[in-house]
This record gives sequence, structure tokens and C-alpha cells, in this order.
Amino acid sequence: MTFAGWFTIVAFVVVLTVLAFPLGSYMARVYTGERVIFSPIFAGPERFLYRILRVDEQRGQDWKAYAKSLIIFSLAGWIFLYIVLRTQDAFFVPHGLNPLAYHSAPADVVFNVTSSFMTNTNWQYYSGETTMSYLSQMIGLTVQNWLSAGVGIVVAAALVRGIISRSGKSIGNFWQDMVRTILYVLAPLSVLSAIVLASQGVIANLSNYLTVHTITGLEQKIAMGPVAGQLAIKMLGTNGGGFFNTNSAHPFENPTQFTNFFEMLIVLIIPAALIFMYGRMTSNRRQGYAIYATVMFMFLGAVIVAYIAEAHGSPAQHAAGLHTGVISGSGGGNMEGKEQRFGIAGSALFDVITTVTSCGAVNSAIESFTGIGGAVPFANLSASEVIFGGVGTGLYSILLYVLLAVFIGGLMVGRTPEWLGKKLEAREIKLAGLGILITPLAALFCTALATASKSGRASIAEVATSAKLGIHTPQAFSETFYAYLSQANNNGSAFAGYTGFIQPNAGNLGSHGISFADVLGGFDMIFARYAPILFALAVAGALAGKRVTPAGLGTMRTDNGTFVVLLIGVIILVGALTFFPALLLGPIVQGLTGHLY
Amino acid sequence: MKPWVRDTITSILAVIVFAILLGLVYPLAITGISQVAFPGDANGQQIHLDGKLVGSKIIGQSFAAPVIGKNGKPEEKEGELVTEPDPRYFQSRPSATEGGADNAAASTFSNHGPNSVKTKEADEENIKAYLELNKNPATKTEYDPGLTVAKIPVDAVNSSASGLDPEISKANAWIQAYRVATVRGLSRATVDGLIAKYTSGRGLGFSGEEGVNVLELNLALDRLTGATN
Repeated sequence: MTFAGWFTIVAFVVVLTVLAFPLGSYMARVYTGERVIFSPIFAGPERFLYRILRVDEQRGQDWKAYAKSLIIFSLAGWIFLYIVLRTQDAFFVPHGLNPLAYHSAPADVVFNVTSSFMTNTNWQYYSGETTMSYLSQMIGLTVQNWLSAGVGIVVAAALVRGIISRSGKSIGNFWQDMVRTILYVLAPLSVLSAIVLASQGVIANLSNYLTVHTITGLEQKIAMGPVAGQLAIKMLGTNGGGFFNTNSAHPFENPTQFTNFFEMLIVLIIPAALIFMYGRMTSNRRQGYAIYATVMFMFLGAVIVAYIAEAHGSPAQHAAGLHTGVISGSGGGNMEGKEQRFGIAGSALFDVITTVTSCGAVNSAIESFTGIGGAVPFANLSASEVIFGGVGTGLYSILLYVLLAVFIGGLMVGRTPEWLGKKLEAREIKLAGLGILITPLAALFCTALATASKSGRASIAEVATSAKLGIHTPQAFSETFYAYLSQANNNGSAFAGYTGFIQPNAGNLGSHGISFADVLGGFDMIFARYAPILFALAVAGALAGKRVTPAGLGTMRTDNGTFVVLLIGVIILVGALTFFPALLLGPIVQGLTGHLY
Repeated sequence: MKPWVRDTITSILAVIVFAILLGLVYPLAITGISQVAFPGDANGQQIHLDGKLVGSKIIGQSFAAPVIGKNGKPEEKEGELVTEPDPRYFQSRPSATEGGADNAAASTFSNHGPNSVKTKEADEENIKAYLELNKNPATKTEYDPGLTVAKIPVDAVNSSASGLDPEISKANAWIQAYRVATVRGLSRATVDGLIAKYTSGRGLGFSGEEGVNVLELNLALDRLTGATN
């Protein structure tokens, strides 16, 4: 560990908070329909979009109508993406946009990829530079990077509207929210970020792959592509699907020490801003700060553990005789699967940020993290993406936890639970409880199925050297568990050895999918994305109709330190009770024993 | 019109409109702006030598040379060139890409687990190769007199994340500097000076680690002493 490493973590938290606060105020104005700085530019295009989309933006929707629009829109996006990916090599695709003449991936793989990008997961069984044409990357994957991020944010906005609504039914208009999210929030941030990244060395071109003749007489082929635009929205929308196979570890996606810091910032900025937006929209900023403190506390815990564990080094390194301490000119630590320019702190911080959010981009190989270091992403996912979480998903997920905490707190003090002046009754608590438990259920069910079946075990990469053990190692279990946990949480990071796609040659010639992993994973993502959305919207609907009563003496406060502790307790309790047994079998046993398999 | 019919029509229109705006206009506009404003960066910071493309500044490459067999042709094994590290050049970090090290058309992690015997074996193999490369074949002693297994910086033997890491740690470069200086007949001060010149600083003064750009360093060495000696 180094001073610069710790300083990076502190600096990151400070810069993030300073930037997220004004953005939160800005977004609150966007979702309450106030004039904002971009109104003069975007008001015209906004009206134009409503006209060509035939949207009556004035009409409010109740939660069911809102949900219907959302589901139908997602389905249309799914079908479009599926067609784009399956017709990658069709006659109408210009050669320049598929310069290496890549064939389409097999149907089961495309089913997985399509579901993955629609649900903001960006789980990738394919590798970008050997599978996708430039056109697929742009009109297929980039578009869903925007739309899936938008869907997450609008659900959060709708839930907050339900909370503050004074006995009405409407929770907003889905189409208006989508258009405004894309125009006023995502577009300015994406364009700005893309240009910053491009100025630092992220590539943006449509050239054919380069052929290099090296000074020692070898030949090297270098993949190219229109990366900068996709990269910006991949990070901002907490999507995380890399243009290249190695994601943000690839020098073209993350060229310098500075871009690494910048990319970390733009992952967390919208999830952090949404919490401030919530405080502002509910006119209860202190509660916003309380939630911010809750998630920041858990986030810092994760970062600290991961940094210490990775700086310590791995059992395999030590067995080989390596010294992993800091020496002059080298930061030491577990550098397997990490890039020199990011070092240990830059890698640990990055991967914690992308696993607490539903981003799932990586700048280092999570599979090669130490046992305890690798347990951190697991723990982040086990908390069901509430530690900041994905854009929108993080806010509506933690608000469900807030509901549960208020309820439990109310039971403890023996009062009717009240939240922001609204009485919480059986219906809301049932809906919130179900919304919280859906994701763990999907993750554990799929993991059990994949571990117990032969077709599930076909995806495992890590095979022990001893034939007796074979794939019955903690690492192999970790791979499987992580795959379905990550897909259920719509995260998309991976213990990347686990695969659902056999691709013997670049260009997909002779490639085939592992249908079991592709299909199970696809349904895992869809179910764990849309069921919680429906529950969150139903909660919004239930709360929207409630009258507000002024807070009395007996009302439990939800904006002080006690509540922060209670909320952390509830999150950890639910997460730990659900996942701890499974976590023990994988990363923790490796971290604690140091045994080599 | 029923609400779901309305929604379906709007959805189809929205997907088409957004596909054009966000899937064509946006990426092409960003690409266009980048090509005009930052042409070098946008095209991958290509480095040309005598009109020939010799690499990208930010993509790591292998500085191993093909082994010439008895018949005067490069040896091949299982369809791939047999290579060995060229002692005149600084060597990049180990890479797990298929089809040879630093294959920039198919980046990949090694995906070796922390408690895997394979990781240990790969580390041991890389340690052996590193020690061998940095041993003077004439005198059978290490170029760097203090070099032992425990002194090898981790980045020199652990494979990088992308398999295309363009940089090595300064500690790694300093050890290799003994070899490169001897083989090329340069003073160590000259080589260490070049290392310092091609070391990238931390971002904003604190983010990340310093790293030495191997390709730029090797090209600078060639400019100094010529590519052949």
C-alpha cells in the first residue's frame, strides 16, 4: 500500500461528492419540469420528439400504465437489438462498418447478449474485437447502453414522485421521462465525457484493423473502432459492456492514469447525484444526506478491504517465491491481471466502484483477485446493488430497503411506521419485501441449477491440476456463483473464465454457444431486472394515493445517525443471511486457507 | 385507440428514432470531432519508422525475435512462430493473449485464480525466463549483480490485465537496464536517463502508478546505437 493509493481513494470521494451535489439539484429540476440551463437548447428538440413519437406528454400515468409503457418499449428495443446482432453479416451492412466481415454470433449467444444489454447488465459472453462489427457496436449495443440507463433512471424518478405525490394517482409520464432523461441528463454528460476521453487517447475511428511490423521482426494486428462514444455512455449509464474483450483494462479504452480516475468518476456520478436529487425532491435534504452517508460508509468499507487484500498479494505468488511488498520503483501486490499504469489502488478502487454500481466494467481481472479481494465484489453484489447501485436502480432499490428499515424501526418502538408523512401499511411492505428478495432468489436458484447440472459445469474454465479435484474447487464454484449473481444484479462483471460461447476462430466461423448458460443467464437477467421494477412502480402507486399527515412527536426520524445505522444493519442482515453460506464455499475459503488447488 | 396499441406504435417509432440518433448520429459525431480535434489519439497514436508502421504508443508489443532454424527460415511450432526475447530490447510484461504475446486483435485476461497451481507454475516459469534473460551468457552471472527471485518486481512476471500493457514498472526497467546497457555498450547512466524520459507520471499527481513505456524506450535506444549491432 502506498500513500498515493490511499490519497487516490480520499480524493475520489471528495471530488465525487462535490460534483454529484449540483448534478443532483439539476436533475431534481429536470424531473419536476422546471427550467434548466439546457432548456433553451433542448426545448425545441424535446417538443419535436414528442410530436414524431405521438406522445401526449401532458397526460399523467398511474403506475400500471407507466409500467406497461416501460415493458412494451423494452420489448421493442429487445427485438430490434436481436435483429441487428443476427443480421451482422447481411447484404445491407456496408463493408466499412463490418471491415473484418464477421458473421453473426449463434442464436443462443445473441439471446443472452440482447437480454444483457436491454437490462443494463452488459454481461458479455462474446469478445468485442473478435465478434462484433462496428455497426453492431454502434446501432445495436450503444443504443441499448443509452436506453437501458434511461429506463433505470425514470423508474427512480417515478418512485420519488409517488413518494411526494399528494393523494393522486399519476407518477409521471414514461415517455416524457425517457425523452427528458436522454436529452437533459445523459446527452450533455456523454458528449462531454466522450470528448474528454478522446482527448486523452481513447480511439475513435472506423479504420480497418492495423497491421504492425515490429522492430524485432514480428507482426502485430491491432483492433480499432469507434470507441470513445460508446465508452462514455458505457460508464455514465453504469452499463459496463466493453468495446474490447478486456473492457477498461484495454489501453484503447483506458489509456492513462488520468482516464482511469475520470472513468471511475463518471460511473458513480449519476447514482450519487440521484441520492441528492431524492433529498431535494422530497424537500428533505437531510434524509438524502443520511442515505448518502449510508452507502458511502459501506462503499469505503469495501474499498479498504479490497485495497489491503490486493496489496498483500496472492498465495500463488508467494508460493512461487515472489515478494509482493512495495519496493523502490514498484508498487508490489497482486499484479496478476492488473495493468501497470493503474497499480493496485487504481485497480481495486475501480473494480469496487463498478461492482457496487451495476456498471460491471473492469480494469483488472476479478477472477485473479485474491480470495478476500475477490470476496469484495461478491459482497457488493450480495447487497443487491444498493451501495450507490446502477443509474436509477440503485436509488429505487435502496428506497425499498429504507421502507423495510422504517417498518422494522417502527415495530421496535411500537408505532405505526411513517415515512415522510405517509403511513406504511401491509401492502407497501409486502411489495418492498418482494422487490428486495427477487434478485437473491434469482441468483441462488440459477447458481444451484448450474452447479448441480452437467450442462452448467461445461462453462467452467478453472480446472484444478489434480485430476481428482477437477472442477470441484472453490474457484470453479466462485466462477459459477459470480456469473449468475452478476447477471441477477444486472452488473455484468465476471470471473471471466466462465463462458457460454465457444469461438475457435475470430469472425465466428465454427463458433457455437453453450445454450444452458446463455438461456439461463438471459432469463436470470430479465427476471431480476423487470420484477423489481414492477414492485418499485407498484410501491410508487401505493404511496402516491396516500394522504400526508404532519410528523408528530412519536414519528421515528429517518434523517439522523441512528437511522443510518439501522439502514446499514438491515442491508447487511438481508445480504449476509442470504448469501453468506455460498460466499464461504468460494472466495472466503480461498482467502482464509491460502491452499493451492 | 387502446393504450397498449398507442404504446406499441410509440415504442416502435422511439426505437427507430433513438437508433438513428444514438446509434448513428452520436457515435459518428464523436468520431468525427475526435478525428478533427485529436487525429493522433483517435487513430491509436501510431508510430512510424522510415515510413513503416512499427506500433501504437499505447499498445504493448512483444520484443521477442523469431528464432531462425538450421534451414535459414524462422522456426515454427504448431503453426506459430518460435520466438525468444531479444536481449537488446527491454521486454514487456507477460501476456496471456492467444496467437502469441500481445495479440492486439484479441485482448484477454489470463483468468488465473489466486489459489491456482497454474498461477504458481506460470509465475515460476516467468521467473525462470526473467532470470535467464538477465544473465550474461559469457560470464554466467547476472547483469544486475543483486538480482534474486525475491528482487524481481511483480509486474515482470505476473501477466497484465489486457495482455497489451504498454508499460513496465521502473524497478523492472532498472533491472533490465543492466542487460541492455551491457549488450549495447552503453553506460547505465545513459539508459537510466532514457528510462526516466519515457516514464509516465501519476494522473493528477496521485492517480495510478508510474510506468515506463517500453516501445518508446526501445525506439530511443535504436536511435542511439542503431537497430543492429
